[in-house]
Amino acid sequence: MSDMRQLYQEVILDHNRKPRNFGSILAANRHAEGHNPLCGDHIKLTMNVSDNKIETIAFEGEGCAICKASASMMTGAVKGKLVQDAEIMIEEFRGMATGTLDPDGQDNHLGRLKVFVGVKDLPSRVKCAILPWHTLHAALNPALNPTQAEPSISTEGEADPVSDHA
Amino acid sequence: MKAENLNFDRFDIEKVRADFPILGLQVSGKPLVYLDNAASSQMPQAVIDRIVQYQTAEHSNIHRAVHYLSELATREYEEARVKVQHFLKAQEAREIIFTRGTTEAINLVMHGYGRAFIGKGDEIILSGLEHHANIVPWQMLAQEKGAILRVIPMNDAGELLIDEFEALFNEKTKFLALTHVSNALGTVNPVKKMIAFAHRHGVPVLLDGAQAAPHQPVDVQDLDCDFYAFSGHKLCGPTGIGVLYGKAKLLEKMQPFQGGGDMILSVTFEKTTYNVIPSKFEAGTPPIMAAIALGAAIDYLNGIGLANIEAYEKQLLDYATEKVSALNGVRIIGTAAKKAAVLSFEIKGVHPHDVGTILNDDGIAIRTGHHCAQPVMQRFHVPATARASFAFYNTRQEIDKLVVGIRKVQEMFS
Ligand SMILES: Cc1ncc(COP(=O)(O)O)c(C=O)c1O
Repeated sequence: MSDMRQLYQEVILDHNRKPRNFGSILAANRHAEGHNPLCGDHIKLTMNVSDNKIETIAFEGEGCAICKASASMMTGAVKGKLVQDAEIMIEEFRGMATGTLDPDGQDNHLGRLKVFVGVKDLPSRVKCAILPWHTLHAALNPALNPTQAEPSISTEGEADPVSDHA
Repeated sequence: MKAENLNFDRFDIEKVRADFPILGLQVSGKPLVYLDNAASSQMPQAVIDRIVQYQTAEHSNIHRAVHYLSELATREYEEARVKVQHFLKAQEAREIIFTRGTTEAINLVMHGYGRAFIGKGDEIILSGLEHHANIVPWQMLAQEKGAILRVIPMNDAGELLIDEFEALFNEKTKFLALTHVSNALGTVNPVKKMIAFAHRHGVPVLLDGAQAAPHQPVDVQDLDCDFYAFSGHKLCGPTGIGVLYGKAKLLEKMQPFQGGGDMILSVTFEKTTYNVIPSKFEAGTPPIMAAIALGAAIDYLNGIGLANIEAYEKQLLDYATEKVSALNGVRIIGTAAKKAAVLSFEIKGVHPHDVGTILNDDGIAIRTGHHCAQPVMQRFHVPATARASFAFYNTRQEIDKLVVGIRKVQEMFS
């Protein structure tokens, strides 16, 4: 049970119960959808970017606690940030979740997002935590999905969904 | 039935459990509680030994050479076919085709029968309970041919609506593809009645038996189904082997599925003459070891008795249903009057994936997700469910652990 308390920390449970920035922005100029078909996680991100800065951001969808809390905390963390800084956080979050970045040993900008470090020991849950970040990456880079009007991401069958864009 | 009154000593459960080495495993520092049998079952020592024996002293390619090993392997492979024949009560061994699994068996029928006999405007009936394996191939065929899929709806308990089923038939109906037992909900369909009705309209029927064959006696002649498919790995056998039963009359008029060695009588660059059934449908070197191991798994299950297995699992399911439905905030999805050993459930306010992770911490293995049956999830308006599925080697104590686990989840998310 203690391992589980490590993963399902109060912060995560709280964001799951009361997700922040939940909903959608009507006049959004960036948006993307992410799916994890394995567990039915589904995230829709909408945001406004101007002068290279994320002015507003919101998410909606269905997901497990890890995915919802990750999306909720992500929106809080990147709101008001420059796009390039958000991209750095995407990389760092992905590194932490897949175990290549030690958030306590290496420099990073993750701050409170460190509560997700526990997912690295649960391969089946890494995708849940990363999905919102992967979706954010797609929303910030519409050129990555030139054939789709609506950038859409799937994490089916990939341990590390972001890397195929790297 | 009250759980206290259940008779659990129909067979010696401790002896049965001792046959399965993996059940002694520790997971997360706790004894493994394996409740994911609908996804894949575990293998008894007798089958493991059979595999070792085959690879140690019997392996060769089959049907191809006159040497000792080839003749031995060929004989054993064909003996496995006869075991499957008797297991399904098929009339003839040549009606048994080895495939890679249920999925490949259904695809074989789609290609061999569907592409030859289903055309533009024809209708294929499926049920709302189907696994993707019994939806997607038919959808591909419908797309290719311009045929139409019609779906049998179900009620809130997860039972097919038989009146609506009957109303779907018309002169365009050409095929019925139906699951015997639902993997997502456990519903046992009244297949015998449904097959008889389809036959009155001249419509052949394929049964997806992936979740039925491991849990109850199956008699394809009594059911009178035209095709029956199941997978070895859900039946205490290995992965990579499955079975398609087909009535000889139909198999003979079907087109081959794949082309290659073993499925031919003669080949020139002008013309190939296909082999007789079942070889016509077994192109290339088959999974010989897996087929022989499946035969051993069938021997093992026969030793316990499928009727005993069915009765014991029914007791487990009744016990689990009673215990889990007594919990507040837990909804059982799939409450058909006739069910096999599957318990799909939802814990209020907790996503199934989180349930699975937390139970795993107590060594409990369940499946969470859509169970490859997304239309079923849509019907019940859930993205996914948690599913405990039982086998004859599970115990009441394990169900008690599941119940304790569910309470822990609720506590954590309260
Ligand atoms: C009802 C049903 N049909 C088909 C399948 C597919 O079986 P396989 O993956 O072994 O081909 C399954 C297994 O998940 C099943 O439960």
